[in-house]
Amino acid sequence: MQKKNALLLLVMAMLTTLLFSTRPAKAGLKVFACEPEWGALAEELGGELLDISIATTGRQDPHHIQARPSLLARARRADLLICTGAELEVGWLPLLIRKSGNPKIQQGNAGFFMATDYISLREIPTHLDRSDGDVHASGNPHIQTDPNNILQVATALADRLEKLDPDNADAYRERYRIFADRWHTALKKWNSTASSLSGIPVIVHHKSWSYLVNWLGLNEVATLEPKPGVPPNSGHLAKVLNMVQKNPVRAIIFAEYEDPRSAQWLAKQSGIPLASLPFTVGGSEDASDLFSLFDSTLRRLQEVAK
Amino acid sequence: MKQSILILTLFFSAWPQALLAEQTDLQTLRQEMHEMQSLYEKRIQELEDRYKAQMKALEQRIQAAETTPPPTPDATGSRQAVVAPQQQTAANSFNPAISLILNGRYANFSNDPHEYELPGFTLSGEAGLGKEGLSVEHTELAFSANVDDKFFGKLTAALASHDGSTEVEMEEAYIETLGLGHGLNLRAGRFFSAIGYLNEQHEHAWDFSDAPLIYRGLFGNQLNDDGLQASWLAPTDLYLQVGGELLRGDDFPAAGGAHDGVGAYTLFTRIGGDVGTSHSWQAGISYWSADVEDRTGETHSHGGEESAETPSFTGDSNITAFNFVWKWAPEGNSTQQNLKLQFEYFNRNEDGSIVMDGSSPLETTSYDGDQKGWYAQAVYQFMPQWRAGLRYDHLDVDNNGSDYDILEESGLSDEGHNPERFSIMTDWANSEFSWIRLQYNHDKSYSDSDEQFILQYVHSLGSHGAHQF
Repeated sequence: MQKKNALLLLVMAMLTTLLFSTRPAKAGLKVFACEPEWGALAEELGGELLDISIATTGRQDPHHIQARPSLLARARRADLLICTGAELEVGWLPLLIRKSGNPKIQQGNAGFFMATDYISLREIPTHLDRSDGDVHASGNPHIQTDPNNILQVATALADRLEKLDPDNADAYRERYRIFADRWHTALKKWNSTASSLSGIPVIVHHKSWSYLVNWLGLNEVATLEPKPGVPPNSGHLAKVLNMVQKNPVRAIIFAEYEDPRSAQWLAKQSGIPLASLPFTVGGSEDASDLFSLFDSTLRRLQEVAK
Repeated sequence: MKQSILILTLFFSAWPQALLAEQTDLQTLRQEMHEMQSLYEKRIQELEDRYKAQMKALEQRIQAAETTPPPTPDATGSRQAVVAPQQQTAANSFNPAISLILNGRYANFSNDPHEYELPGFTLSGEAGLGKEGLSVEHTELAFSANVDDKFFGKLTAALASHDGSTEVEMEEAYIETLGLGHGLNLRAGRFFSAIGYLNEQHEHAWDFSDAPLIYRGLFGNQLNDDGLQASWLAPTDLYLQVGGELLRGDDFPAAGGAHDGVGAYTLFTRIGGDVGTSHSWQAGISYWSADVEDRTGETHSHGGEESAETPSFTGDSNITAFNFVWKWAPEGNSTQQNLKLQFEYFNRNEDGSIVMDGSSPLETTSYDGDQKGWYAQAVYQFMPQWRAGLRYDHLDVDNNGSDYDILEESGLSDEGHNPERFSIMTDWANSEFSWIRLQYNHDKSYSDSDEQFILQYVHSLGSHGAHQF
């Protein structure tokens, strides 16, 4: 009986500390963004109207995130979930949604927003087998490397924000208009810079740059991973090296969160310059928002492809 | 439309002829039937062609949509409607997610595994070392899906061989609410109890190939039961969950089915959070209580001689548990390197009596049990695909009773020995679906220390859901 009382006391003590440690809630919709690019987009479209928390950083691999207690605590209070979808977060998000006890963010409800639902995905496999590596049945989910996709998602997200928070609908509409104008101007600039990159042969670490490759018209000749999600091995790297010695390649592209050793080895052996690109907002020091993400990406590519 | 008119005309023109042909032979009729058949075939072919053409047009439209520039806002900021993509549907689209875990091993023990005992604990059936040599372990088959918008359901069945026959054990079969609101979750059915940390995780998700000694002693490796679970997640920045379970308690270690089918309950609470981006942690306290009626275990037998007497415990049983888990990954990116530290402590207090079933005259003693145990482990992924781990187990028992001889016979005497075990393991994962593990235990569960080598594979096929923290 004494133990029981001690336990009860402990629980009560914990509860009391919690109640006093909770920070005052910020007004506005609580947004749970799975990846930094969607957090940044929500910031553009909602700004001070939203209370945004981002589950991952630009230096983390969004495939491999733990369903941490802190994420569960945030999912429980979220009004809107903005994630990539297409099974990118399959290793952690379904668990968070299910355990959250939060009806708003359940699949099919207005608080459940998956960016890939609004993009026609590339590389939809015609045949599914795990021997092909970590393939996504719905297609390649890494849509954020093409700025055209960002605008398409922004359009859908602005709609969703108006629906969820009708009191501020005019404000969301105005913010979307400003963002879209700025984005169109930026797109023109990026497209003109990008024309010089069209057709250049590149090697990528993981199949995560398909949308960038498609947008810029790059020629992706090989991946460092022998199969998606399978770490590079010496046999495969030797093959790639053999190939690039015959057909010169202009750049090796990898994300900052990826192990740079394979890319560095290949660069050293072949003399091909390395392009460490920000995979998302916060993926490099100069990619602090969506605009600077693409500025930085293009600048880095141009430097190596000179 | 044209075809159908043609068919109808032909049909009706053929009909009176057939009526008139009462005297004519069967051949005419057959011929007409052939004509109709060929007409139908022609019509089906035309339909198929039309369908193909439509499909092609659709494909072209999709391609066109892909190359169309993104929506341009006009001056008022209004937008073009966003169309959600079309999903493919098939009859099996709503099949539940199926996952299959294949698990097998090679084990080598220096002592006879049949001699295994844990002094101070009455062991249940499954709480041994398992088979020596090559063997297939529990093969798990799990089905899960959202039942509808309000419920989720899951079934996990384990196939295992016992004495030459294959048995199906129902590990989990439960329904759970989805988005009930206010952070509430309700679950009903059979499930792994929320006591402790490791208990809720499936065996295939454990970092070592065997259960901690304290789990083996208290629960016969793992505690699952039939009942209800309710939990509440607090609306705070810090993760806080509190909950409780009402359990049937028919099986080991509760054996309380006599209490109108509610023989045990648990209370649990967990807190957790992050420290910077690289660290995260979780701590939990849980409590389990049962009014035990006639809990039998395996007899404590020296030298393998079978005893006709079975010890049976009746009384109060309470378990208090504490656990703590700390995980580290540089920048929160666990693919290259990560470290997991885990500690659990359990204390079981029991008060009641023990009867030796089958003894004559009936032997009985009062029983005041105090069983404590803990383990600590560290698992480090030092490079992609490779991990190494250390674990230490320790038990401490202080059981008392009016007749100590009967306690000894029941296996509840500590025999002046504190069980402990040192384990070291390394495993390699070709992908997150395939693990191969080598483990070594220096096992001092009883006075004769045992050297154990286990080479194990754990492979998962099919859809594989997210793992808990």
